[in-house]
Amino acid sequence: MFIQEKDPNWKVKVGLAEMLKGGVIMDIINAEQAQIAQEAGACAVMALEKVPADIRKEGGVARMADPAVIEQIQKTVSIPVMAKCRIGHFAEAQVLEALEVDYIDESEVLTPADEKNHIDKTKFKVPFVCGCRNLGEALRRIGEGAALIRTKGEAGTGNIVEAVRHMRQIMGEMKKLTVLSEDELMQEAKNLGAPYELVVEVAKTGKLPVPNFAAGGIATPADASLMMQLGAEANFVGSGIFKSANPSKRAKAIVIATTHYQDAKLIAEVSKELGDPMPGLDIASIPEEHLLQIR
Amino acid sequence: MKKRIGVLALQGDYLLHQQTLEKIKQNGILVRTKEELKSCDALIIPGGESTTIRKLALENGLFDAIKNFGKEKPLMGTCAGLILLAKEVSDSKAEETLALLDIAVKRTAYGRQIHSFVQVGKVNLQNGNPNFEMVFIRAPKIVNVGKTVERIGFCDDEVVVVRDRNLLGLSFHPELTADTRIHQYFVNQFLN
Repeated sequence: MFIQEKDPNWKVKVGLAEMLKGGVIMDIINAEQAQIAQEAGACAVMALEKVPADIRKEGGVARMADPAVIEQIQKTVSIPVMAKCRIGHFAEAQVLEALEVDYIDESEVLTPADEKNHIDKTKFKVPFVCGCRNLGEALRRIGEGAALIRTKGEAGTGNIVEAVRHMRQIMGEMKKLTVLSEDELMQEAKNLGAPYELVVEVAKTGKLPVPNFAAGGIATPADASLMMQLGAEANFVGSGIFKSANPSKRAKAIVIATTHYQDAKLIAEVSKELGDPMPGLDIASIPEEHLLQIR
Repeated sequence: MKKRIGVLALQGDYLLHQQTLEKIKQNGILVRTKEELKSCDALIIPGGESTTIRKLALENGLFDAIKNFGKEKPLMGTCAGLILLAKEVSDSKAEETLALLDIAVKRTAYGRQIHSFVQVGKVNLQNGNPNFEMVFIRAPKIVNVGKTVERIGFCDDEVVVVRDRNLLGLSFHPELTADTRIHQYFVNQFLN
């Protein structure tokens, strides 16, 4: 793959994403929440200043987390610590790399710093994860050096509908590529707005060249199972845990449901008496300019 | 009859181990419960997060089942799997392990992800070329080795592969490369 030639660290970048498979990465805003997440069985934590539900409520500019908080989190837990930077804000990414976070999420949840360009992620030693709504977006991000892809969903809503839409979209578009003949792939690359080399590769393998996780709206154990059954290889959970009535119990239940996603009996068991989930939002009630996924 | 090699599938890169087994014409079985473990002749504990895998294994009784299984049956652990096999984990946040393999390990000993690396090391696989491409991801270091434990792989001066009776432990990820020789070695030396 052409990215491999551009990025000497490609193998270890994708390697860490492979290690996260089958797990749950939890949004946290301080060391105390990080500890709860690790205790519940999270395979990594994602540090940010506010969870998406609060960003949505409070408005204003959302930026990367305070480095002091990130350091406290790193001292507190042994699992990988990820952190979010704004889209296109390569200086925030440089700061996060200097802090030695394990993964950087160039995230639509924060306020974009560049409306046109994403970060050239091949310039970094630390790997990046990026969100997407469709295959073209996924392959553009991989073309820029993202070593892990997640659905965007609609963060901070507790509503799974957008993550489902995005996962089905990507899976469907990949399936379609596998039945096209070789001479149709250039036109399809143009339609998708994706690098031709990556389109050819997906057409051959039927899957993304990097792991493909779900994010944006997961709030219950059944949501986690749904995304795994639709083809996600792991789950990011944002506001769904720490905006619910009993974060610790719900976090643990979502971890179990992600591992045993085909065992409905067990998921029924762990879904009992979790307390109130985070309050949900109907996507139709959100004005279009407030949607995070279009960033 | 073809042997059934379980791959612990609670969290981590278990599918890559299964694919590597497929490449060498072996039967890789994903194991998520103790019932699934029962039907296996051997088990691989993959890379992933040792803390997470441990918690999930404790949750449904798989932890003790693996502990018993590993007293006799062939068991291979890579990275997180090595940590879980180790008798001793030498850091302040250490948790109880399966304590099967008489070694001490230090977790994330090379540093965080930015210090992950690929290097060619040497493994004594009994025959042929000892060079092996080793992928270290937030890897542990083997800091102490018990009397009965054989050191069979090295990267620079570090011990990175050890074996003791039915147990094989590696601090890197052979499943992340196309090289199937370590899995083949496990099958040849431990299962037959």
